[in-house]
Amino acid sequence: MLKQAIENLGNHTIQGVWRIGFASRFFLSMLLHSGTAFRRFGLTIREMYFTGVLSLIIILVSGLFVGMVLGLQGYETLQRYGSESALGTLVALSLVRELGPVLAGLLFASRAGSAITAEIGLMKATEQLSAMEMMAVDPIARVVAPRFWAGVISMPLLAALFSAMGVLGGYLVGVKLIGVDEGTFWSQMQGAVDFEQDILNGVIKSVVFGIAVTTIALFEGYDAPPTAEGVSGATTRTVVTSSLVVLALDFILTAFMFRGLN
Amino acid sequence: MQNDILVEIEDAVFGYGARPVLKGINLTAKRGQVVAIMGSSGCGKTTLLRLIGGQVKAGQGTVRVAGESLGELDRAGLYRVRRKMGMLFQFGALFTDMSVFDNVAFQLREHTDLPEDVISDLVLMKLHAVGLRGAAHLMPAELSGGMARRVALARAIALEPSLVMYDEPFAGLDPISLGVTGNLIRRLTDTLGLTSLVVTHDVQESLKIVDYVYFVSEGVIVAEGTAAEIRASGLPYVHQFVHGESDGPVPFHYPAPPYVDDLRLGAQSA
Repeated sequence: MLKQAIENLGNHTIQGVWRIGFASRFFLSMLLHSGTAFRRFGLTIREMYFTGVLSLIIILVSGLFVGMVLGLQGYETLQRYGSESALGTLVALSLVRELGPVLAGLLFASRAGSAITAEIGLMKATEQLSAMEMMAVDPIARVVAPRFWAGVISMPLLAALFSAMGVLGGYLVGVKLIGVDEGTFWSQMQGAVDFEQDILNGVIKSVVFGIAVTTIALFEGYDAPPTAEGVSGATTRTVVTSSLVVLALDFILTAFMFRGLN
Repeated sequence: MQNDILVEIEDAVFGYGARPVLKGINLTAKRGQVVAIMGSSGCGKTTLLRLIGGQVKAGQGTVRVAGESLGELDRAGLYRVRRKMGMLFQFGALFTDMSVFDNVAFQLREHTDLPEDVISDLVLMKLHAVGLRGAAHLMPAELSGGMARRVALARAIALEPSLVMYDEPFAGLDPISLGVTGNLIRRLTDTLGLTSLVVTHDVQESLKIVDYVYFVSEGVIVAEGTAAEIRASGLPYVHQFVHGESDGPVPFHYPAPPYVDDLRLGAQSA
């Protein structure tokens, strides 16, 4: 019994280390073969349509609702201390520092990440990647790298749009619905949000999440067993792993970025 | 004549992990020939094709295509040799996000700097050769199995290769598509001066079109010869295969303990 448990543990550890090694080599290979993605930028733009443009609806609607909830909850809390004028600051900082990149990352993982894994996995299962190899075309350069860069470019744009919609939602609820002074709402926000400390750090976060989610999605698809169960399992793993990685990376990045700030 | 030989395999050994699949294969295919590799499912036929395509490397022995030893080539060298090859996968492996036209144009766009109007002419010529010029605008999901394989064939010959490999080209086709595919393989081989390697277990259809046949069983070549020689062969394995007999050297039953033991009949009679 104990021997079996130790064997299982060892087996899982070896498998885990092997996968990390394979994923690292995959990531490096993707970077090394990125020339095509930039030389023929049309390929990357096409993928940006699938990963970015097609994710717009879910990102914009979610951003609006999150901003509206922030407006309601923020006002409710702030008015207890007579600081409802700081609503604009609260909404904007929450969104650009945290909620924008993190929630956009999670939504990106479930909308675009799962689609990327399923697509690459099915291309593998139906021998499309092997066919490409046999035609002397490197699938990493032709299929994988353009999707990677499309994800990395799309993710910060989606996070920015999420935050912008969130601010709009906060404005609609705070100013139009509850009646916070419009001038105060915007001027407090303008005064409190720092470009370098808040906006830029949010952008850095979203770029890192974009790299992480897209890499996981592509790797899981490329590594998926070429069967229906294999592809569905890989798609699930993409969403679960990406979501956990986004949250863990967010904690690490926040710890480095905002320590010591007032 | 040495120059006549396009594919030459000498004592090739290959296995997945500890499981040996090919145990010393010798095979040659000359220019202009249709060569069939036959054998029952799981005997190593497709692996042999992957070996010739350079997708896997032989553990021992040599695999030479157009005079180049694949085992000694780096990735760039392998890609250079692959430009002389075309491959038809079992179910076509068409790119599902591209139209029929774009599938056939794929290699031309990837490997040449030809202007788009020249590419268009070439693609339509290849599609015409397989009888599907009128289907150029369709997507792969709109094609039948036989049509998809013909499009894949047009794609495989787009760069005018010296060697075309077919993995089970007859599997799952209706009799008309079967005849069309067989005739196409023969006609394209003759008109384009190709060498065709056909991996199949469809004996009757393939014996109509091939010049030479290799029989693979359990990782070794057990018989070879022309179509007429194979038909007349007295070898038990070949005879069973060609005539589709259910029992013979390839047993009907998967290895199992004696039947009477499994049904516990021996104990009762004792």
